[in-house]
Amino acid sequence: MEKVLLVTPERCIGCGSCELACSFNKSGQFKPSISRVGVHRFEKGQNVPMMCFQCDEAPCAKACKPQALHKGTSGLVEFDKDKCIGCRMCVMACPFGNVSYDRYAKELVKCDQCGGDPQCVQFCPTKAIEYLPAESAVLNKKRRFAKRISDALEEVKD
Amino acid sequence: MKGWIGRVLRVNLSEGTYRSEPLNEEWAREYLGGRGLGTRYYFEEVGPSVDPLSEGNNLYFATGPLTGTLAASAGRFNVVAKSPLTGTIGAANSGGYLGPEMKFAGWDMIVIEGKAPKPVYVYVNNDQVRIEDASSLWGTETHEATDRLLEMTDPEAKVAVIGPAGENLSLIANIINDKHRAPGRGGMGAVMGAKNLKALVVRGTKGVSVADREAFMRAVKVAREKLAQHPVTGSGLPLYGTNVLVNILNQNGGLPTRNFREGVFEGADKISGEAQREGRLLRNKGCFGCSIGCGRVSFAEGYDHHGEGPEYETSWSFGADCGVDDIDAVAMANYRCNELGLDTISMGSTIACAMELYEMGLITKEMAGLELRFGNKDALVPMVEAAAHKRGKIGELLSMGSYRLASHFGHPELSMTSKKQEMPAYDPRAIQGIGLNYATSNRGACHVRGYTISPEILGVPQKLDPQSTEDKPTWDKVFQDLTAAVDSVGMCLFTTFGIGAEEIADQLSAATGIDYSVDALMKAGERIWNMERLFNLKEGFTSADDSLPPRMAQEPLPHGPHKGKVSRVPEMLPRYYDARGWTSDGVPTEDKIRELGLQWAR
Repeated sequence: MEKVLLVTPERCIGCGSCELACSFNKSGQFKPSISRVGVHRFEKGQNVPMMCFQCDEAPCAKACKPQALHKGTSGLVEFDKDKCIGCRMCVMACPFGNVSYDRYAKELVKCDQCGGDPQCVQFCPTKAIEYLPAESAVLNKKRRFAKRISDALEEVKD
Repeated sequence: MKGWIGRVLRVNLSEGTYRSEPLNEEWAREYLGGRGLGTRYYFEEVGPSVDPLSEGNNLYFATGPLTGTLAASAGRFNVVAKSPLTGTIGAANSGGYLGPEMKFAGWDMIVIEGKAPKPVYVYVNNDQVRIEDASSLWGTETHEATDRLLEMTDPEAKVAVIGPAGENLSLIANIINDKHRAPGRGGMGAVMGAKNLKALVVRGTKGVSVADREAFMRAVKVAREKLAQHPVTGSGLPLYGTNVLVNILNQNGGLPTRNFREGVFEGADKISGEAQREGRLLRNKGCFGCSIGCGRVSFAEGYDHHGEGPEYETSWSFGADCGVDDIDAVAMANYRCNELGLDTISMGSTIACAMELYEMGLITKEMAGLELRFGNKDALVPMVEAAAHKRGKIGELLSMGSYRLASHFGHPELSMTSKKQEMPAYDPRAIQGIGLNYATSNRGACHVRGYTISPEILGVPQKLDPQSTEDKPTWDKVFQDLTAAVDSVGMCLFTTFGIGAEEIADQLSAATGIDYSVDALMKAGERIWNMERLFNLKEGFTSADDSLPPRMAQEPLPHGPHKGKVSRVPEMLPRYYDARGWTSDGVPTEDKIRELGLQWAR
């Protein structure tokens, strides 16, 4: 079953534990600069963790001449390091800035959901990042929003 | 080296030069990092009797071996220099993002020497270091300066900056990093100001390595799980922030009120964490790598202003201690302190002292420019502004802290300080152990040098009678030593609610590859404590300075569960010295010095 990383920004406290866990898993070092997830912090405590959305019509894959990137059957945009020529076209193509290139390690910096055990999820203290079956991820979101509508209606009634 | 980066950046502002040098590995093993290692370097390189506001007073931004790793709440750094407020060794601890960024830039420590001929900021981008003109930033408040520095350097950089208070050499000025976090106590902002150093800006893209990856992650998971399960770190602090303490301390009769004249505040509920959460909270926030997330992003209604805080200490200092029960006025005073670069504990307590002097007729309405009586919420912000800018006679006096203020009017006993630093938000008459800790703290009165509130009030790890004195000397020693170790490895003191020396030692050992037993960790803490003590003794401090304001012993609490009680520090002090292996004059014995390897510091 396809699973997705669901981000709930209003839960994020901006601690960046996800960046530490991700980079450690990928490089053996605590190194947020090459983390596949990045927390963006704004005024008034608004924080948004960002990582690859695994697009169906992935612009990075379309831009990849040697076809090192492609949308796989797993639901992920998969990366074949052997085919990569380091041209960084994918970096330019991604409209969200969710792909970058580590020029020292000569490899793509893009979320691969840690092969089914995303470390960012393990270490997120507030469940701002969850790893859920695609269906229920949407359902949870729907339910949360429905609850807000319901609460608002209750208030109107009062 | 693992855990540590192994490099120190030394910047000399007088000469406009900088150099990289290897970290002293032997010192790192024995003094860990942060507060301990910074002080070890300070002691070696500066030594006693320097004027804290002269160019000879070096400033050390020091991280620990766990800073910037996944270790539990290990986003911290310390700023070490001699304190202009107390004259003792000063070490101020802060979270936010700056400390980890220093490690990512490849530095365990950044040493600032000398004094720039004109205002500058130091920009460290990995190995690149620039000393840049900051004339156009001089006079700006901390948020504006931070935003402009990010524009001028790198939007992802992290910034530590001073505001007008530091520039004007207020003795209670702090440094503000990441806009809302502060190495808060002892006037470190004035040390930066005296160096003409407006800011330190750091950007780093490198990594931090640990010695044994698997063992480290095992230890990290154990520690984080315990924090998540513990009622204080897993629910109390995340839900209400430190402000959860207002009602607790008030119910325990230990919430100092109106310049410590009382220990129960009738308006406590209105300034509590519960009140804050009800209607003034925007978001919770965590420092880098922290799973507790006690930070509060909040707003002050009616002032059109938002910021972070108030923390418990600030709700107390501008609230109960000034007799103000208006949560928005307290928050606004807090925000302005952050923007102007002032220590909220010392500032609030100094205003409270001024309010008492006002009610005695010693400060006049003409001098203050307003009615400076207890409970006047509209007095807070104007007094904060006056202190930061040294505006008028009142501003000049307030900017020096309550000891110098009260002494000016011939009443030093009305200053609620130990070693000239303002006592925090726990009344020593209601809680005996914390009083002993205030009196013996090496940086002047301080709660985060040995937080015995944990056993005395919260019952963690076990409940102690707050009025007992027999057991407190030993508890104080253990808490002080553990805290010195925690401050030095780069972790947050709040972790110690949920984990102890064992979990800390496990993380430290796996990170560094050096086997730190619980004993070795505690010994390092004790070594750091004794080193600080030896420094202060060299500065001329004696056991007579291990004391509290006379009010604590002479004026019993008038209300509450501890009505009629006074502080009994003099009774506990001899046993504390004994527990520490010090002479009856409070001097580490030859045996103790040898045991800790401190012969060099004699």
